[in-house]
Amino acid sequence: MLIFEHSADGRKTKIQSTSGNQMPTDIPAAFLREVKPGLPEVSEMQAVRHYTSLSQKNFSIDTHFYPLGSCTMKHNPRVCNSLAMLPGFLSRHPLAPEKNSQGFMECMYELQEMLCDVTGMAGFSLAPMAGAQGEFAGIAMIRAYHDSRGDTARKEILVPDAAHGTNPATATMCGYTVKEISTLANGDVDIDALKAAVGPQTAGLMLTNPSTLGVFERRIEEIAKIIHDVGGLLYYDGANLNAILGKIRPGDMGFDVIHSNLHKTFSTPHGGGGPGSGAIGVAERLKPFMPMPGVKKVGGEYQWLTKEDCPHSIGRMSAFFGNPGVLLRAYIYMRLLGREGMQRVAEFATLNANYMMAQLKARGFQAAIPDRYASHEFIITLKKQAKELDVSAMDFAKRLLDLGFHAPTTYFPLLVPECLLIEPTESEAKEMLDGFIEAMVQIQHEAETDADMLHNAPYTMPVNRLDEVRAARQLDLSWSPDSEA
Amino acid sequence: MPFIPHTETEINEMLSVIGIDSIENLFDEIPAHLKIKGLEKVPPGLNEMSINRLMQKRAAQDGQPLCFIGAGSYDHHIPAAVWQITTRGEYYTAYTPYQAEASQGTLQLTYEFQSMMTALTGMDVSNASLYDGATAMAEAVLMAVRSNRKSRSRKILVPRSVNPTYTRVTETIVKHQNIELVEVAIDTATSKTSMDALKAFGGEDITAIVISQPNFFGTLEDVDAMTTWAHENNIMVIAVVNPLSLAILKPPGIWGDAGADIAVGDGQPLGAPMSSGGPYYGIMTCKKAFVRQMPGRIVGRTVDQKGREGFVLTLQAREQHIRRSKATSNICTNQGLVVTASTIHMSLLGPEGLKQTALSCHANTQALVERLSSINGVEIVFDQPRFHEAVIKINKSAADVLAKLAEQNILGGLDLSEDFPEMKDCILVCATELRIAEDIETFASALAEALK
Amino acid sequence: MSELPTDLRYTSSHEWVRLEEDGTVTVGITDHAQGALGDLVFVEPPEIGTELSQGEACCVIESVKAASDIYMPITGEIVDTNQSLVDEPEIINSSPYDDGWIFKIQPADEDDIEQLMDASTYESELEDE
Repeated sequence: MLIFEHSADGRKTKIQSTSGNQMPTDIPAAFLREVKPGLPEVSEMQAVRHYTSLSQKNFSIDTHFYPLGSCTMKHNPRVCNSLAMLPGFLSRHPLAPEKNSQGFMECMYELQEMLCDVTGMAGFSLAPMAGAQGEFAGIAMIRAYHDSRGDTARKEILVPDAAHGTNPATATMCGYTVKEISTLANGDVDIDALKAAVGPQTAGLMLTNPSTLGVFERRIEEIAKIIHDVGGLLYYDGANLNAILGKIRPGDMGFDVIHSNLHKTFSTPHGGGGPGSGAIGVAERLKPFMPMPGVKKVGGEYQWLTKEDCPHSIGRMSAFFGNPGVLLRAYIYMRLLGREGMQRVAEFATLNANYMMAQLKARGFQAAIPDRYASHEFIITLKKQAKELDVSAMDFAKRLLDLGFHAPTTYFPLLVPECLLIEPTESEAKEMLDGFIEAMVQIQHEAETDADMLHNAPYTMPVNRLDEVRAARQLDLSWSPDSEA
Repeated sequence: MPFIPHTETEINEMLSVIGIDSIENLFDEIPAHLKIKGLEKVPPGLNEMSINRLMQKRAAQDGQPLCFIGAGSYDHHIPAAVWQITTRGEYYTAYTPYQAEASQGTLQLTYEFQSMMTALTGMDVSNASLYDGATAMAEAVLMAVRSNRKSRSRKILVPRSVNPTYTRVTETIVKHQNIELVEVAIDTATSKTSMDALKAFGGEDITAIVISQPNFFGTLEDVDAMTTWAHENNIMVIAVVNPLSLAILKPPGIWGDAGADIAVGDGQPLGAPMSSGGPYYGIMTCKKAFVRQMPGRIVGRTVDQKGREGFVLTLQAREQHIRRSKATSNICTNQGLVVTASTIHMSLLGPEGLKQTALSCHANTQALVERLSSINGVEIVFDQPRFHEAVIKINKSAADVLAKLAEQNILGGLDLSEDFPEMKDCILVCATELRIAEDIETFASALAEALK
Repeated sequence: MSELPTDLRYTSSHEWVRLEEDGTVTVGITDHAQGALGDLVFVEPPEIGTELSQGEACCVIESVKAASDIYMPITGEIVDTNQSLVDEPEIINSSPYDDGWIFKIQPADEDDIEQLMDASTYESELEDE
């Protein structure tokens, strides 16, 4: 039932607003609204009950194991939320003067510094509001860097075929053409293909390391040299930073610019699809190009960066300062972890992934890259099940929901047929991992004995499989009183 | 270990299943000389009590001043229920709803949000949100360039009365695609877009025009005349609106001859605290004809195998994970949690509550204008129909006076001279429903004192 | 095995082409292509009057999980489009070679068609995929 269906004409929740104002006489009628907007008219209790019960139709980290590969669904500590929502932070106007903002700015400055430290970069900008916006900022900086040197013939960004779809989409938004580089069966970038592809037209390479295939790119130094030798720059997609946090730093691997998804690695909540933060780090030579705004420390005071600090800035990415509420949560999380905690993240994320992979392999499941250690995530391919039992990765995913687990990422990366990309994160206990493995074993058994049952899973959710073709053909994107007729 | 639950026994069991002696073995593939030596700038970890103390101090340090700044971020009352429900773990810690069956809460809520946005704006369709108002304007420009098949110029008219930061962000985002933003002059007496300046573009190949209602100075633009003129010249209309104002102002869907083609704005006034600039969210709505050029996630209503109503992400073929380099945008994460808050906020206020809030903002701003104009050395610059912002000019240095007020914990508005050099010592002020008579008097007395 | 009329010409990007008696050329997608895409939900035919070169993307078709460009099989001008696909894109699924035609071209050079594959060549290319 929709909130609109709880509505009754003329019901008001007066406590929530002022009342008694008449339409103003100083605004001509031509500017004014004649018909009241079709918003719901419900009581506070109706609204609270409706949205509370809706929430109960969601899986979430707080309620379920959520091993969604590439998304790093780790625990979101509650204290990060409660402290980021202190009234002093919530009520700060973004344009408040520096003098009235030192507490907030100190947090942001220290966050920049800590991010530089854990990634090995020379400078960090907190401006981008999501991973994709961080990518945009990074590629725009690569372009600005080449342009500033009069090097305007570089038209191409290289992207491995295993990359996230945002990489090629971003390169296009920045006016580049995209050339895909193939990946070897062992998960490494095809160095020969890379060598053949680079040249004076190469602006840069976008790379995720460990890659989306869940393995560490062993020849990263060689790759960096190939790109740098032709004058290109190296971009690090930080989606998988959790796999190496505290072990190895993108800056030390030779990357010139990186984005970090604070909503993955640094535990800010995903919120059902954002807000996120795609903070970007740069090597020394790209510092003048960083997006605005940013914070610097002068003497004991925190100040906003000015045009003089970033003379070639690519500009602003948002109306104000990115997503400060997200940044505060990441700051608090990093302070809680501290130096020693930070170094353990990759260790336990990797331990959990390899443990699960070993257990699943021992029970007959096929890993996509079976002979290497996994990073913080790994891929199971169900192509055998699809061929022999007519049971797809989608069927496994939907059945997992019935057994109380959120499904792993399905059908990504595109290179591996019938795949499940599984990322447990460091915050899951062994018992939970074991439970998931048992569930996979049970589904495998069901696949062998009653494949049809799996085709119609899930059974215990508020709805079962939805008609996506109908949704796309008969677009119904909003409710209106007339649409119910 | 913070947030890592493993016991020694478990670690040993897990290592033996993998068949290794130590966790370090798992990192054998990383070249040894590249391994991190140690962190320098990350301090030792804090426990919850210590971080609590630290953050309480920092939050208190900024003093919660009495705020009369608007300029895109507004201090509104948010009902207690809004963020209490929004931060329930089921909303707060869910991912993008890829597994529809396990995400009906977020999906249905988003569908309701889209419905509320189309109701407020009078447009046909809404997406599930973009990052903020400024990036929504940028995406609208890109969308117009894709949609306006009659135009090849990629020229966008942007009046000087549009929020200058929005224009700057748009420039950052669209400049790599050979799109040109062309400024349109304003009438210096009214702050409104000059119709004469506009008509000078008649007959030229222009792709779209941005129309802000209210404009950056709080003044109401002649949106009907501008929209009709634009359509007569095959120019698409991008409306930039304050969604709260739409509780009382004419919605963009019915501006002029045929309504705006795309309407965007920032959702902050509908349930998001100012919080230093975000997270807010970008509103993106359009006419049905352009839905496939719309960026971002869209939720549709459909049925399941048993005919039960359900909700899914739809029109995904526009998006980066399928179209890659040919996607409408690179956006994937949007501002879902703030949309959740906003949907609950709109439900709690309803049409009447939103209208009363908008009317209070307007009435308080008019009271503020009247009170300030009675002070020696203050003049009202654009005396035009307005929503909830106004421009005053003072007879002393605006920067000095604002600094003096800030010392008394009053944020007296935004100094306009940085973005508009021609408006020396002009200040943009705003009074929301929270700035009641008592606050206005505090501000006015302090300003009078500062101008003495 | 998908249907493959022998009187048509084919491209490696899975368009089919038929030379009509009036000298125009009708274009659609093959049975194999519609099967691979699955249930189509949207077709955006090109604009009539547009002149395009061989190999240029001119039209988009979408299923729920995929989007695909249709490329000009030969150089020419778009002279007609199948408007019934706008409301019923599924016609391509049910009748890829007849009712599911997508657009017609006035070719710049009729002989260009000769360069395209015949059914048996296309069929062997499909087997190699």
